Amino acid sequence: MATVRIPPPLRKYTGGAEDVEVQGGTVRELLDALEGAHPGIKERICDDSGAVRRFVNVFVADEDIRFLDELDTAVSDKDEVSIIPAIAGGR
Amino acid sequence: MATFNEVISRVKSEIQEIGVDETHARLDAAKGDAAKAPVIVDVRERDEYEQGFIGGAEWIPRGFLELKIEDVAPERDRPVILYCAGGVRSALAARSLVEMGYSDVSSMAGGFRAWKNKGLAFDRPRVLSPEQLKRYSRHIMLPEVGEEGQGKLLDAKVLFLGAGGLGSPSALYLAAAGVGTIGIVDDDVVDESNLQRQVIHNRERLGMPKAESARKTLQLLNSDVNVITHETRLDSSNIMEILSQYDMVVDGADNFPTRYLLNDAALKLGKPVVHASIFRFEGQVTTFLPDEGPCYRCLYPEPPPAGMAPSCQEAGVLGVLPGMIGTIQANEALKLILGVGKSLSGRFLVIDALGTNYRQLKLRKDPKCVVCSKPREEIELIDYEAFCSVDL
Repeated sequence: MATVRIPPPLRKYTGGAEDVEVQGGTVRELLDALEGAHPGIKERICDDSGAVRRFVNVFVADEDIRFLDELDTAVSDKDEVSIIPAIAGGR
Repeated sequence: MATFNEVISRVKSEIQEIGVDETHARLDAAKGDAAKAPVIVDVRERDEYEQGFIGGAEWIPRGFLELKIEDVAPERDRPVILYCAGGVRSALAARSLVEMGYSDVSSMAGGFRAWKNKGLAFDRPRVLSPEQLKRYSRHIMLPEVGEEGQGKLLDAKVLFLGAGGLGSPSALYLAAAGVGTIGIVDDDVVDESNLQRQVIHNRERLGMPKAESARKTLQLLNSDVNVITHETRLDSSNIMEILSQYDMVVDGADNFPTRYLLNDAALKLGKPVVHASIFRFEGQVTTFLPDEGPCYRCLYPEPPPAGMAPSCQEAGVLGVLPGMIGTIQANEALKLILGVGKSLSGRFLVIDALGTNYRQLKLRKDPKCVVCSKPREEIELIDYEAFCSVDL
C-alpha cells in the first residue's frame, strides 16, 4: 500500500486524514482507489477527461509525474505520493 | 639588539617580494578562475582602506591577520599576496604567514602607494558609519557577509507584495538586516482580525492603510531603510512600472490573479521572485529565478477557476504559520542579495505546522511552459478575474 499525502484543501473528503493508504501500481490506479474510498476527491484532482488539473501537481517521492509517465507513473509500496494544489493565501 | 632598519632588511631578504606590475599581471591572468587566483590581502588600517583598495582584495588589518587569514585562505598552498601602504607592514605580515605554513606568500613591494602611482585601477569601499558598524556588527563578523555584504544589503531594493501574514515577518527581518529600500504594495487597511498574525501592525494602527502602518514600523526598527508605499492593487497597467524599481520581489499576495500577473511580469523584467503561500496549517515556499530555474507556471500553468481553489479569510490560518514561512522567504532574499548559499530555486518546500515536518519536492523548468519558454518581449500580461472561493 502506497501512502498518499492529502493536502489541507482536500481533507474534507478524507474525514480530515492527512495520509491515506491505498492500493495501486500506478498513479492512475491509486487515484481510482482513492476515489473508491473517498468519493468526490478525484474530481478535485482530475478534470473530465481524466487528466490531472493544471493547478494541481502529483509527486511520486520528490518527482513531479508530469516529468515522469504522467498518470502511468509506477508507484511502489514504499513510495509517498503527494498531491499539491496551488494555494494563493498570503495573509 | 637590532635596529628597525636591520630587522626589516633581514625580513625582506627572507620573504618573497613582488612588484606592482607582477601583482597586477597575476591578478589579471587569474580573472574568471577564482579557484586558482591568488588571494590578495590588504593589511592596512581602516582609515587607509577607506581611501581606496585594490579590487578583489580582502581587507584584514595587520593586527588581525593571523586570526582571520584562514577564513579567506584555508589551504596552505593557496598563493597569497599581501600589501600595505608602502611595503613594510606587508613584509612583516608575510613572514608571519610563512611561519603559519603558507607556502606561496608574497609581499607587494612599494604597497598601495606604488600601485596608485602607476595609475592602476582601484576601488573605494562603501563606508559604513560608526552607528552602522555597531548596528550590523553581527553581520560584519560573518565572513559570508562582512562590510561588503552589508553594503550590498544597504544598496538592495526589495518589493513586498502584501503587508500581511507573510509580508509582516519577511519585511521586519529584511529591514532589521539593513535592506536599504523596501517597497510595499497593499491596498488594504489594518483590521483587528489581522493582528493574530500580521505582526508588523498593532492596535494603534486599526483602520490605517497597511502599507503606511508597515512603513511606520519598519522605520522605527531601522532608520537606514527607505520604505516606499504603493497603496494600490497590482494590475497589468501598473505592475511593470512598480516592479522595475526593485531588484527582487517577496511574494506574499493573497490571490491567484496577482500571483500569475507577478510571475509573468517578473519574467519579462528578469526579476527573481521569492514565492510562498499558506493555507490553514500548511505553507509552500520556493524561489523563482528568471532564466535559470522553473517559474510559477512551470509548476501550475493556469490558475484554478472560482470554486476549485481555496483562498481568502474563510480558510483560516494558524497565526504562527506565516511567521515560519515568511522568515524562510526573508532568508531566501538575503541569500540572493548577498550571493551566498543555495537558493530554493528548483526545490519546493511544503511545510506542515501540525506535524512539524516538511517535504522537499523537485521543481523542473518546463520546456513547454506557456510563459517562460517565450522570449521576454513576447510575454503578454493577463489580468485574471479576481474571485474568492468560499467552498471549503
